[in-house]
Amino acid sequence: MKLPAFDYACPATLAEALALLASRDDAKALAGGQSLVPMMAFRIASPSLLVDLRRLSDLRKIAIDTSGVRLGAMVRWRDIEDDARLNGAHPLLKAAVSHVAHYQIRNRGTVGGSIAHADPAAEMPGIAVTCDADIAVTGTRGARVICADDFFIAPLMTALAADEIITEIRLPAWPPRRRWGFREFSRRRGDFALAAAAVFFDVDDAGKAYNAHIGAIGVGDRPARLPAAEAEVNGQVVDIAISERAGRAASASVDPQSDIHASGAYRKSLIGTMVERALQSAAGMSAL
Amino acid sequence: MRNSFVGSPVERREDLRFVRGRGQYVDDLNPDGLLHAVILRSSFAHGRIRSIDASATVKLAGVHAVITARDMPGGPPRIPMRLQPLPEFMPFEQGVIADTKVRYVGEPIAVVVATSVAVGEDALDHIVVDIEPLPAVSDCETSAAGDRLLFEQQGANCAMTFTAECGDADAAFKAAAYVRREKFRTGRHFGLTLEPRGVMAEWDAATGRLTVSGAAKVPFFNRRVLAEQMGLPEDSIAMIENDVGGGFGARGEFYPEDFLIPFAARYTGRPVKWIEDRRENLMAMNHARQAQVEVEIACAHDGTILALRGHAHVDMGAYMRTNGAVAARNIAQFMAGPYRIPNIRVKSSLWMTNKTPVGTYRGPGRFETDFFRERLLDMVAKDLRLDRVELRRRNLIPASHMPYPLPAIAPFPASDEIDSGDYRATLDRCLEEFGWADKAKLAGKLIDGRFHGLAVGCFIEGGAAGPKETARLEINPDGSVAVFIGSSAVGQGVETVFAQIAADALEIPMDRISGVHHGSTAYVSDGYGAYHSRSVVMGGSALLDATKNLHNLIRTAAAKRFGCLPSEIKISEDGIVGPHGSSARFADFAGLTAEGAFLNKKHTYTFGAHAAHVTVDARIGRIEIIDYLAVTDCGRIINPMTVRGQVIGSLVQGLGGALLEDLKYDKDGQLLTGSLADYLLPSASDFPNLRAVVTEMFPSPINPLGAKGAGEGGIISAGGVVANAVANALGAFGVEPRELPLTPQRVWEMVEAGRLAT
Repeated sequence: MKLPAFDYACPATLAEALALLASRDDAKALAGGQSLVPMMAFRIASPSLLVDLRRLSDLRKIAIDTSGVRLGAMVRWRDIEDDARLNGAHPLLKAAVSHVAHYQIRNRGTVGGSIAHADPAAEMPGIAVTCDADIAVTGTRGARVICADDFFIAPLMTALAADEIITEIRLPAWPPRRRWGFREFSRRRGDFALAAAAVFFDVDDAGKAYNAHIGAIGVGDRPARLPAAEAEVNGQVVDIAISERAGRAASASVDPQSDIHASGAYRKSLIGTMVERALQSAAGMSAL
Repeated sequence: MRNSFVGSPVERREDLRFVRGRGQYVDDLNPDGLLHAVILRSSFAHGRIRSIDASATVKLAGVHAVITARDMPGGPPRIPMRLQPLPEFMPFEQGVIADTKVRYVGEPIAVVVATSVAVGEDALDHIVVDIEPLPAVSDCETSAAGDRLLFEQQGANCAMTFTAECGDADAAFKAAAYVRREKFRTGRHFGLTLEPRGVMAEWDAATGRLTVSGAAKVPFFNRRVLAEQMGLPEDSIAMIENDVGGGFGARGEFYPEDFLIPFAARYTGRPVKWIEDRRENLMAMNHARQAQVEVEIACAHDGTILALRGHAHVDMGAYMRTNGAVAARNIAQFMAGPYRIPNIRVKSSLWMTNKTPVGTYRGPGRFETDFFRERLLDMVAKDLRLDRVELRRRNLIPASHMPYPLPAIAPFPASDEIDSGDYRATLDRCLEEFGWADKAKLAGKLIDGRFHGLAVGCFIEGGAAGPKETARLEINPDGSVAVFIGSSAVGQGVETVFAQIAADALEIPMDRISGVHHGSTAYVSDGYGAYHSRSVVMGGSALLDATKNLHNLIRTAAAKRFGCLPSEIKISEDGIVGPHGSSARFADFAGLTAEGAFLNKKHTYTFGAHAAHVTVDARIGRIEIIDYLAVTDCGRIINPMTVRGQVIGSLVQGLGGALLEDLKYDKDGQLLTGSLADYLLPSASDFPNLRAVVTEMFPSPINPLGAKGAGEGGIISAGGVVANAVANALGAFGVEPRELPLTPQRVWEMVEAGRLAT
């Protein structure tokens, strides 16, 4: 369980970091290390060079304006928890982050690290997909912006090139009257989700929902929105019956794999329940 | 002075050291010239070793040696059974390193000795091992089929079948008005210690002396084994007990590394240390618990239990380790638990499989067999439309029947009886403290989306295993007294409770007990250690004997000094007083030392009842413990605070086994739960609502302290009580748990099956 030998660099600028990352085929960016370092200890990963991004202070900012919330890639879970502005600016993000692992990990783990790692059961990729976030990345060949839905490809696989670094996650602006809910089930608090649902919708003057976004976490090889469940919600007054229909649609639209933590059938059922309960919570009903 | 430290909630003396970070664990020892050992472990569950080539490895920078079976003249020695050492088990004993075959993932194949652990781990990749894979035996069914043999020369995979018997079970079943047959299973758990194991060995070639640090639990027995294996006289080996982060039955038994590291130290001529990492820990430390049973119960219409009959099958893993037979044996002998069942025949078969070998884990066999029995009792109550509490009360062994004989067990028979107790009294106390009458009204109710369930169960807990324990007292130059004891410390608080016992026996203040020195082989002439909840009862009783002997020595010495008869000497807190105004201080007899011993062939039986209130979110299968109460009568209580701590701690482990923990293997014998992200342990925040009440109504009649072993009771009932509470909550769906752990998925599946059926 000791790390294999590797070189370590801790550059002060993004340009240096990019040059270092490009200097070797198997160099890896270190952004908190809460997934990468255990993988190295288990010798599942053995990069010959770690480029630590912790000194890149530009990447640690949380910016909030009319365009939305911009999270620097090196923003830690702890920073999100501590930022009271986000209570109004992005309550769904805040609720989701409270489910990330444990205090010690939340003090070190970063938004960009989680996005780059792309665990299908992790909260942040799920929020990014649900909220139509843009992922800003920079490489030696220049900067580009990838929408979250295109970014996540498969478990631990993303559109990020080996010599690119994520700089920012851009979440679109959050209207004050938007309704939202987040429900997650894990074996113990802080464990990876067996299934989680992130939902939001806006409400028109007649009380009907529109712009429904329903995201599923932990039930596929990447986080995904569930259009069939969203269709059950749009144009409706969200009540028990609608939430149940959306839950059934959510179950029907996923085909999760079985692993040692949960069978596919169980996960399929769970996501329906999580969507149903998240919608009830969003609609202001008391829900488990 | 009449002391009363015994019975007081004295704060643990050892805690100050631990909370200040001043404990000394084996990994804290770094003598000059230290080398580090890492172990190449089999990645195959079953296979024949064709060759091991370490020629490139030994040339690597920082590598001092690579040790394999070929380096051991006469082949790798075997590790003998410590408990139930039957000749039938010998062919299944484990060698210290794989020689011709590997039989589980994690079996040691080679030891690399290097300048650091990191260098050693890198070097492992350079050892070329050629193994011809063989089909794996991954469960009892495959083992019983018999076409894949772990030990070809044995011709079968069954190491033994124990039978527990009393009365005439077959006749009772024939005549019974009501019979129910069931099948149950328990998962594979282990006594996971926060600090993994470790060994540090130093060989002094000039004097031929070996010092082994990291010893625990049974250092004296392990010294005998090691001396034999190393070809050394016993007294040239010192086993040193350090602070440990948990024992639970698993730490301190003799494992392969307990030979390999001392061997490596002698081989290299340098101190060598090995610290188990967590991945190794999950595949190297003794596993436990995995059993399945087919069992029948026979009752009269009024619920009087007439007979119990069944056959358990225990998944033993690849070898018979030092105490590997205990759980299987206990499953058979203790299936009746605290209940009077006149006719019993329960068999328990030990099946070898290609998995990590099993050993004892807190409440061995008892956790499993109590789950089987308590589930069965709730099913009987439902069938016969009897109150669950009344069914139990009616069948508990009455106080008037004590001492009560246990069923005979064979082979390795040992007649045993329950020493004392009133089981109905602890049941009633439990119901009253728990508020059963009120809470029972919630049974099966759906409130705010959760179903409520209640359950109660009764247990007995064996303790105080013999044959012997030794204690020694020595007067220090300042007149204080040092305690030396053959019992080992694995977290029970022995430094505190032995100081309490010694202070009371010597009739001196506790601060004049300078320290309690435990475990290490240098302290007393012979020691037996910490297992079967024996330390306090056996060591404490030996301490009383040592006190008597020390007082006699003082009297003799003082009589000589004062010119009087020993019987004229009075010893008190203030000093030693003879006739005619003569007196002396304890310090005047500095250096006087006396050993004492306690011999015992019987066991103590702590007893009690547990009650649980759970809720179940049926849509997702999630169980929450709303309230859990354990009432335990453990005879004379030395320290109510440490006993309560033991009960709560073992209860949390029991709930871990009931709800979370499961070591999973695939069909090829690969361990799928190789980290703590996959093997789920309860954490401090998982079960906040646990209560323990300890009482001392029935002192044990078989030892002078009147104490009973009490380290395991909390774990024993947890599986059965929680499963019964879940069944009670989900009665509307006809849910009847038959398998632990009760994972959310299993609960959800049972609920779904119930929905389909209705």
